[in-house]
Amino acid sequence: MRNALRFRHGVHPPDSKTLTESLRTKRMPFPDEVVLPLSQHAGNPAKLLVQVGDHIERGDMIAAADGFISAPIHASASGVVEEIGLWPHPNGGYQDAVRIRVDPYSAQVPRARLLPEWEGLSPKELVDVVRDAGVVGLGGAAFPTYVKLMPREDTDIEVLVVNGCECEPYLTTDHRTMADFPERVHLGIRIMMKCLGVPRALIGIEKNKPDAIEAIRKTCPDDLDVEVLPLTVKYPQGAEKMLIKALLDREVPSGGLPLDVGVVVQNVASIATIAEAFETGLPLIERIVTVTGEGVAKPANLIVPVGTKLIDLINACGGLTKKAREVVLGGPMMGTAVSNLDAPVLKGTTGVVVLTARQIRAQRQYPCIRCGHCLDACPVFLNPQKLGNLAMAGRHQEMQDEHHLRDCMLCGCCSYVCPSNIPLSQLFGASRAALKRTAAPA
Amino acid sequence: MSRPPLVVTASPHLAGPDSTPRIMWNVVGSLVPVVAIATYYFGPSALLVVTAATLGAVIPEHFFGKRGSLGDGSAAITGILLGLTLPAGIPLWMAFLGGAFSIAFGKIVFGGLGQNPFNPALLGRAFLQAAFPVALTTWPAREGASWWSLAGDNFALPLMRAAPDAATGATPLGLLKFEGTKTDVGELYLGSIPGSTGETAAIVILLCGAYLAWRRYLNWRVPVGIFATVAVFSGLLYVTDVSDADPLFMLGSGGLVIGAVYMATDMVTSPVTHKGAWIFAIGIGFLVVVIRVWGGLAEGVQYAILLMNALVPFINRATQPKVFGTRREGTAA
Ligand code: SF4
Ligand code: SF4
Repeated sequence: MRNALRFRHGVHPPDSKTLTESLRTKRMPFPDEVVLPLSQHAGNPAKLLVQVGDHIERGDMIAAADGFISAPIHASASGVVEEIGLWPHPNGGYQDAVRIRVDPYSAQVPRARLLPEWEGLSPKELVDVVRDAGVVGLGGAAFPTYVKLMPREDTDIEVLVVNGCECEPYLTTDHRTMADFPERVHLGIRIMMKCLGVPRALIGIEKNKPDAIEAIRKTCPDDLDVEVLPLTVKYPQGAEKMLIKALLDREVPSGGLPLDVGVVVQNVASIATIAEAFETGLPLIERIVTVTGEGVAKPANLIVPVGTKLIDLINACGGLTKKAREVVLGGPMMGTAVSNLDAPVLKGTTGVVVLTARQIRAQRQYPCIRCGHCLDACPVFLNPQKLGNLAMAGRHQEMQDEHHLRDCMLCGCCSYVCPSNIPLSQLFGASRAALKRTAAPA
Repeated sequence: MSRPPLVVTASPHLAGPDSTPRIMWNVVGSLVPVVAIATYYFGPSALLVVTAATLGAVIPEHFFGKRGSLGDGSAAITGILLGLTLPAGIPLWMAFLGGAFSIAFGKIVFGGLGQNPFNPALLGRAFLQAAFPVALTTWPAREGASWWSLAGDNFALPLMRAAPDAATGATPLGLLKFEGTKTDVGELYLGSIPGSTGETAAIVILLCGAYLAWRRYLNWRVPVGIFATVAVFSGLLYVTDVSDADPLFMLGSGGLVIGAVYMATDMVTSPVTHKGAWIFAIGIGFLVVVIRVWGGLAEGVQYAILLMNALVPFINRATQPKVFGTRREGTAA
């Protein structure tokens, strides 16, 4: 049945993980200040609960969820609210944020709290704990996790897929989460399976993390139907649709969701965070971040308070080297570059990758030579060559109606292989944004 | 602390393995042995013709093409390929003119690199053939002449009548079609037969092509499809006695090898999909045999490729990839 455990197409960028893959996660010292933007997740920004001058303890809620798709935000360090206002956001602009001056003499011990006993709680109550802990997807998109834990009544979920692929080059956060905290991952899986009522879980891990595979296998509980499946190393193996294809040989229909084939996918780091909410009673206020790349003096996997400014984080890793040219949040294939290092680490920040001038994409663009490499790379079998021509001609509607623009995952495989250096995936993202603008009521 | 200057670009941030100039210059590099072997067989004339055609291609690209487009190497490819399809004895000014025509009317008028529907080198050759039919079908005989002697009339002045006393020979296909004699197949594959400069030494061309295919700089489906179609179709005609040319002869003659390996695989003028590449290749193979057996021309590769070039947009449209998640209904596990 499961013949090759793979999906077709995709690309093989150099994985560059050796810089950090064998470094155990360490805790970073608390910085002088943390900056917590109210918008760190998909959906509505959180609603502010504090005022300038308030003294807050680590773990206190400073902003509440606003609506169904939103998440609360908690203080990641004890201190005094010094400023509430616009602050550089990793997405490039300025957004409302709470700046907290960290108390230098605080022991950073959170207020005493009750530990939720997960065994005694109903699925509904479990979901509430996850929601109140502000847990969002840690894989990048930062979608509120609790929404995923309560699927519609009419859907039939057969299997939970745990995404431990980490197919982005350089990043090793998921890798270290699995290697350093395997029990936590299993507890998270257990809780998720209980919430969803699924009998079975599959953990997909790329073969380039043998120690993680081993650790997770060794700690597998006997009473649960959980299986670890090593996968070929290929980008974007960690994309939901590709992962489901490889693990289960099912194709999520075009325009559909994993639920349509009876699957829920969750990334291992998010799963570990769910478990943490029950282990420590603490909300999501810190996360593992890989700081790496040839442009960083001492690459590391660090447990970082959410809201730590990038410059503080990079300085904790020895600072930038002379060769540093581009700072990327997330992986180099889909991450965003930042110019302002005062922007903070968010809940969804998987890594900080500092690339050198030699690695980044050359600026010169040539005309499309119709080599077809992009078609061979696209994991969803689109025609990026055609789409690229249409995008440059501004024919966005046609892209959507006739060429499946909506199915594009913006994974960047096409841009990566294009010898003419045409920014295909960027064009497609822009086309989608243009369509959204015209579709929105004026 | 002074921070180094940071740049912000769109994702993906890593540079990919290939670049268009790298592909093009690799193709140029792979043509060097082909030119060398042509020079070995035809003497300095071959090198002169190729150089003239290349200069003819490169100069208009430099002055009329997009700024800096010379650096992408595509004009050089066109020029060299054109030179390799010409007889060694052709006056150099004709070769130069052909190269200029290829680039000016085969490429620049369409908007430069990537925009042209037809293979520019073949278009240039078709132009020369229409304008100077005699010069294009005068194949100098090499027997007895020293390597250093020029083949034919390389230095004829523009628009002057070619010296009538040049010794000429006929190409193997011409011999077969018009005189009914067959050339030894071994000679076809190892060179030393009358023909255009690049028509000889199929083995060298195949090896260079294999290198390019290995680097993924050409789509192997195209030459393989062409060879297979020509072999099967001409084999059928041979055993049914419709034609006298056996498949090995068909494959090795008339520039089929260089056409299939270097001309038909031109990325710009061939389909982008794999399925499309097969259709394109089979079409070319079929047309080559049809033109040779029933047409009035001994060689047919050039027109077969140009005809199929014209169909590429339709082939592309008809062979769009099947989008993920639309292939089958249901969710069989
Ligand atoms: S970005 Fe879109 S078009 Fe390009 S490879 Fe990925 S899914 Fe295909
Ligand atoms: S990879 Fe780039 S050059 Fe090649 S067909 Fe696609 S868009 Fe054109």
